[in-house]
Amino acid sequence: MSALLSVSDAHVSYGKVEAVRSVSLDVRDNEIVTIIGANGAGKTTLLNAIMGVLPLKGTTSFAGTDMALLDIEDRVAAGLSLVPEHRELFATMNVEDNLQLGAFRIPKATAAKSFERVYTLFPRLKERRKQLAGTLSGGEQQMLAMGRALMGAPRLLMLDEPSLGLAPIIVADIFRTIGELRAAGVSVLLVEQNAQAALQIADRAYVMELGEFILSGSAKDIAGNQRVAASYLGFQHEGTSGI
Amino acid sequence: MNTTIMLFLVQDGITNGAIYALLGLALVLVFAVTRVILIPQGEFVTYGALSYAMLATGQVPGTVWLAMAMGIAAFGFDLFDARRSLRLKRILRSLVFNVVMPAAILALTYRLAGPKTPIAVNIALSLLIVAAIGLYLYRLAFQPIAHTSVLVLLIASVGCHLALQGLGLVFFGAEGLRGPALSNAALTIGPLRFTGQSLAVYGLTVAFIIALWLFFGFTLMGKALRATAVNRLGARLVGIRTTLSGQIAFLLASLIGAISGILIVPITTLYYDTGFLIGLKGFIAAIIGGLVSYPLTAVAALLVGSVEAFSSFYASNFKEVIVFTLILPVLMLRSLAAPEVEEEKD
Repeated sequence: MSALLSVSDAHVSYGKVEAVRSVSLDVRDNEIVTIIGANGAGKTTLLNAIMGVLPLKGTTSFAGTDMALLDIEDRVAAGLSLVPEHRELFATMNVEDNLQLGAFRIPKATAAKSFERVYTLFPRLKERRKQLAGTLSGGEQQMLAMGRALMGAPRLLMLDEPSLGLAPIIVADIFRTIGELRAAGVSVLLVEQNAQAALQIADRAYVMELGEFILSGSAKDIAGNQRVAASYLGFQHEGTSGI
Repeated sequence: MNTTIMLFLVQDGITNGAIYALLGLALVLVFAVTRVILIPQGEFVTYGALSYAMLATGQVPGTVWLAMAMGIAAFGFDLFDARRSLRLKRILRSLVFNVVMPAAILALTYRLAGPKTPIAVNIALSLLIVAAIGLYLYRLAFQPIAHTSVLVLLIASVGCHLALQGLGLVFFGAEGLRGPALSNAALTIGPLRFTGQSLAVYGLTVAFIIALWLFFGFTLMGKALRATAVNRLGARLVGIRTTLSGQIAFLLASLIGAISGILIVPITTLYYDTGFLIGLKGFIAAIIGGLVSYPLTAVAALLVGSVEAFSSFYASNFKEVIVFTLILPVLMLRSLAAPEVEEEKD
């Protein structure tokens, strides 16, 4: 099976500082792939560059098309969607309007179905549909950001730190929903600092450090890796040096 | 002062205030969506008014050629932008939008212009011409620098104002023009006489405010425009093109400007540079509204109109001074009341 998203030899720079160096990854259909790594490893930068928010050197292709010449809006239309770290909601508009705008690029009839799907995934959003997005709690805002992205019926959803700053019970909720997305035919590329939770639901994982991938493999293997366990999962083994 | 004079002044103030309200709303709209402080708004007023006045005398205004030239330049810009990925569909769309459309307006104007052309047709033609100029102005002057700071956009905006004003002198000459009234009907209530023209001003202002409210509150495109204003990155991430939002904002602004011009040109003689002052008064209203609030802007515009009417009665030499002095206490209060905001970076 060919990859849905394939990135090879990607470099992303801020001026002279190279934040991502020679990174290659792919995500196949119906797969949950996670990139874990410490703060400042370049995970967010990589996601933003794949979305087209930042310029990327290297080749990226999505569903078989080269994305070099596509801008953000074209990539959205092609079925790629990003839920950014800061969520970027329309704070002064209500939940329903935020969701409706998520379906900006798809036909009206499909949008009605999307509404149903999102409200089933996140019943809380339906209760709050007339509330302004800026007045929602952190967890609800994350749900709204994911819901808005799903409204456009994407083939691949990229999530940037969905658990950031949320209570553990809500994090569990969000991760359960990510698991449900696969059943709905959406692939997920998940960037997380909460490596434990991410490795539990992912099929495959990449470990990023200082702008490079240092490890990749099935989520199970990565979770079992001693070095990963020590630095990201919080298990200190005797004799292992922290990285 | 007796009640009659006061009523006259209030009436005058409201009529002018309604125009300033329209212009102020357009300024708030454009700033919210594109972060451009639209100084050339006044030129849209002049272009609309004087194109209409010239069409009324049977002449073809030079603005229609300007629209054509700007359209061709915009097509050139599009071609240059798309040079790395020449896609036929995109180029054809740009050709239709930037070259065929103004050419059609040009042909239509030459075909229809004449001393006997009905007023409605002249109005429609003037609106078409100015709307096209507004659209291409965004494409040429602001779209390429859309990501820069508010200050850079403001400087570009001042440049556009100067260029358009100079061209206005070329097209319309140094003499003032007046246009025919929309209607000669009049209505007398007590001591007050309402001309059809002033009723049209009130009616159209209210209609426009309601239409804008409906557009922004209930249509997907209107919501997309608001979304662009609230969060540009968020808007791009759901696939809303910020360039499209910018074009729509400029289209609306130029239409509003032209309509305002057509509404006032039968009441006062307009010169090629009159629009600037009128636009500035709308700007004061917009500033009082903090460049964000539509209702506050509309109310402030009525205040500006009334202050202008009263000061022209009491101290007509200082009329403009008094009106523009209004902005000082407002700016002081606002800067004291509002917390410092860092400019959005994107």
